[in-house]
Amino acid sequence: MYFNVFGEKVSRRRYKEMCEAAKNRRELIAAGLTSRRDLFKMGLLTASGMLVAKSGLSARAQIQSPGNVNGTAVKTDNPPSSGQNTSPGTNQNCVPGNQTASPATTPFVTPLTVMPLAKTVASLTPTPTEDPNTAAGEVRAAPFQAPLIDATRFPVVPGTLYQFNQRQFTTSFSPNLPAQTVWGFDDGTGTRSPGPTYKAVYGAPQLTRNINSLPSITQKNNTGFGMASVSTHLHNAHNPSESDGNPCDFYPAPHFCDQYYPNVLAGFNSTNPPNGDINESLATLWYHDHRIDFTSQNTYKGLFGFYCLFNNLDTGDETTGFRLPSFPQFDIPLAFTDKVFDPDTGEMVFDLFNLDGILGDKFLVNGTIQPFFQVSPRRYRFRLLDPGPSRFYEFFLTGNVGGTGSPTTNPFFLIGTDGNLIPAPVQVQSVRIGPAERVDVIIDFTNFAGQTLYLENRLNQINGQGPVAVDSQLFAQNEPVNTECTTVLGPTTPAIKPAGAGDLILQFRVTGPKVKDNSLSPTRQKFYSLPTTTDTPRIVRTFKFDRLNGQWSINGQFMDCNTFRFTVQQNSSEHWLLTNLTGDWTHPVHIHLEEHQILNRNRVAPTVPADKGRKDVTQLHPNERVELFFRFRDWLGKYPIHCHNVVHEDHAMMALWHVTPTGDNVQVP
Amino acid sequence: MPDISRRKFVSLAAAAPLAAAPLAAGLPLGTAFGSTPAAPSALTLSERARLRIQKQHLPNLPLISHEGKRVLFYDDLIKNKSVTLNFFFANCDEICPLVTANLARVQKLLGDQVGRDIHMYSFTLKPEEDTVQVIREYRKKYGAQPGWTFFTAKPQDMETLRRAIGFSYPDPAIDKDKTQHIGNVRYGNEPLMLWSACPGMAQAKWIAETFEWMVHPEQPRVQPS
Repeated sequence: MYFNVFGEKVSRRRYKEMCEAAKNRRELIAAGLTSRRDLFKMGLLTASGMLVAKSGLSARAQIQSPGNVNGTAVKTDNPPSSGQNTSPGTNQNCVPGNQTASPATTPFVTPLTVMPLAKTVASLTPTPTEDPNTAAGEVRAAPFQAPLIDATRFPVVPGTLYQFNQRQFTTSFSPNLPAQTVWGFDDGTGTRSPGPTYKAVYGAPQLTRNINSLPSITQKNNTGFGMASVSTHLHNAHNPSESDGNPCDFYPAPHFCDQYYPNVLAGFNSTNPPNGDINESLATLWYHDHRIDFTSQNTYKGLFGFYCLFNNLDTGDETTGFRLPSFPQFDIPLAFTDKVFDPDTGEMVFDLFNLDGILGDKFLVNGTIQPFFQVSPRRYRFRLLDPGPSRFYEFFLTGNVGGTGSPTTNPFFLIGTDGNLIPAPVQVQSVRIGPAERVDVIIDFTNFAGQTLYLENRLNQINGQGPVAVDSQLFAQNEPVNTECTTVLGPTTPAIKPAGAGDLILQFRVTGPKVKDNSLSPTRQKFYSLPTTTDTPRIVRTFKFDRLNGQWSINGQFMDCNTFRFTVQQNSSEHWLLTNLTGDWTHPVHIHLEEHQILNRNRVAPTVPADKGRKDVTQLHPNERVELFFRFRDWLGKYPIHCHNVVHEDHAMMALWHVTPTGDNVQVP
Repeated sequence: MPDISRRKFVSLAAAAPLAAAPLAAGLPLGTAFGSTPAAPSALTLSERARLRIQKQHLPNLPLISHEGKRVLFYDDLIKNKSVTLNFFFANCDEICPLVTANLARVQKLLGDQVGRDIHMYSFTLKPEEDTVQVIREYRKKYGAQPGWTFFTAKPQDMETLRRAIGFSYPDPAIDKDKTQHIGNVRYGNEPLMLWSACPGMAQAKWIAETFEWMVHPEQPRVQPS
């Protein structure tokens, strides 16, 4: 009998792996192997200067190429395209300062793009139908559920209609790069990525016709990555399964799918009829492609956007309700993506052959590399989104960059996690988000008139595994990990870089005109209470996130579109235990349909503000067991649970389950 | 080229067309890419992307099949084809038998598509031990049918191939341990640049279906609730 750190039974093989990994780590750390010469001697470095392990920054995975046989210098001065290697990138990805595979770009010369609000249409042709209109080319798994519950409240053709064409188009990320061919959404006013921002309102159901108008997949017109076969998921929505955007339902051009978004609170047809539980209000959602096996490529290529949901408290008007800064003028969605560009052509590239996670060395906000944003000296609400594929961020508000003295760190207010307002604002020095997570913050620029501030990512991450080993905020008790990069950097490199030493991603110029601020001070605000978590769960289920011979698994099994792994009983409560046996990896785990609350991490109740609110993605850190509380209400049908490091997701770290009136008793699905 | 090594030749060949690239030439920031007379611009965006994938991930290395036939990886196995790629070694007693037996089930499900629309390739991780005869016997033991070919190569070439197609770990200690080798199956449609991977131990029926999407991406799919 063999056991892991959680006291759970493991196979002899798994135990052997665990022991070997620990032993290897101890040996490398004890030997103080930090120099290239040491690694070379140990046989961990190849003659041509590459570490034996694969490069962490994707799109730089290289064919081992001819080069000088010497084992002395860590840093190579070869420019990226000197002929020393045949691919973009440098020989050593884990050395800070020598990672710039992409061409140089000048930061803070382009203004931030604020996505326009999505435009409605008066009607759709053909008219939406309750059953999928297969004859007209619609691809949908089942009839709309909402009109079957209440056809008056949720008419098959609701009052708010959108028609989104997904198209290929060209755009500029930087004046230093050529026009990029990407994918985006066209609401009738032109194609863009991120797509237009929905302004949705509780009580006003809406329908989007998502049409695939991407170039034909069967022609040789691919730009190097992406699958022009789509499924658009509305992330975090309490939505019926047929309109959720399931990874296993997908369609190429010219097919379409009508997706019904009821904009209704959880509990409307169960615990809290007829309007649902106000404490389940959602605010910052996003839509993105979810096509199985190709989600990372398709979202990287541009298929995502924001969906902001309002009600009579979170009104979008700073003179009413919670009096949060007015949308969209002072309430700004910000999507942070990282990308890599070919050093010769400047074209966006994606590493198709990566299994671990993809990092870029260029940071974009709303589709522009390092933009600036002119703000007025007043309060703003920002909705920060990390669409991935694999990078985690820890954002600080940094001032006095390049001035006399040190850069400053300025506090701001966290008001929402995963876009859902927390019970009351909390003043913070920083916020951390992982792939698919969102945070809403309030930044008050009143006292910074005339100054320049930055949103700075100070989190140290060098490969798809997650933030580097020593992470004082979250798990100082963890033993250091041994990876290609931590071996080079040394096992004690902190996760958080000093002020000004991180990535300055967005520049705020507080040079806008002085304007009236009717928003309420965060110190006086109160939002929703947290729903109770004391219900006795109908069942406790366990999900082990693991890596078995490089294959990403949940409970030792892999994604399969033909199998529902377990069945949840409609309108019941459950506890889910997520455990991470992968040792060195952080998995941002996302569950569709319902939000959850974190009951504990390794049996300790949440301590950081980001863990205390309602969530739809939970970061599962190395050697952790996290217990979640769920209520699965109102809707029936199929949904997935998956890792939202989309490279892991695309390599089968996902499971399908469904909701039926009865439910099953599978504890380890 | 009697007096020039293959290594040096590759190095020279790679350097030549890149000399005009703005970064290598040390041009200032902000140089317009559109005005760069670099050789790749003669190609379309799609052609450049395909070439980039080929150069980074699909080396034209010499391999020997279980039938003793000498082939080049890119030219003979990959170019203009839909393929599946995975690694094994003959005396592996943990993951390889599971994956190989599973792929035999996948081949059965795909029937005559294998060899015609889909080419299955398996590569040994221990070329120093797995001779042509060893891999031939291994292949026979698992009942592989025509269309599924097994390969060995010079150890150095096989190692280059393994890294190029992304079958390596970020942890160097684990990467060296062949019993923990990566059990995924890479699949791709080379001319259309559709590449992904699935676990070799996933359900055979689902693996077969994903391989079919690679060949027929124009088909929509719905999963009944």
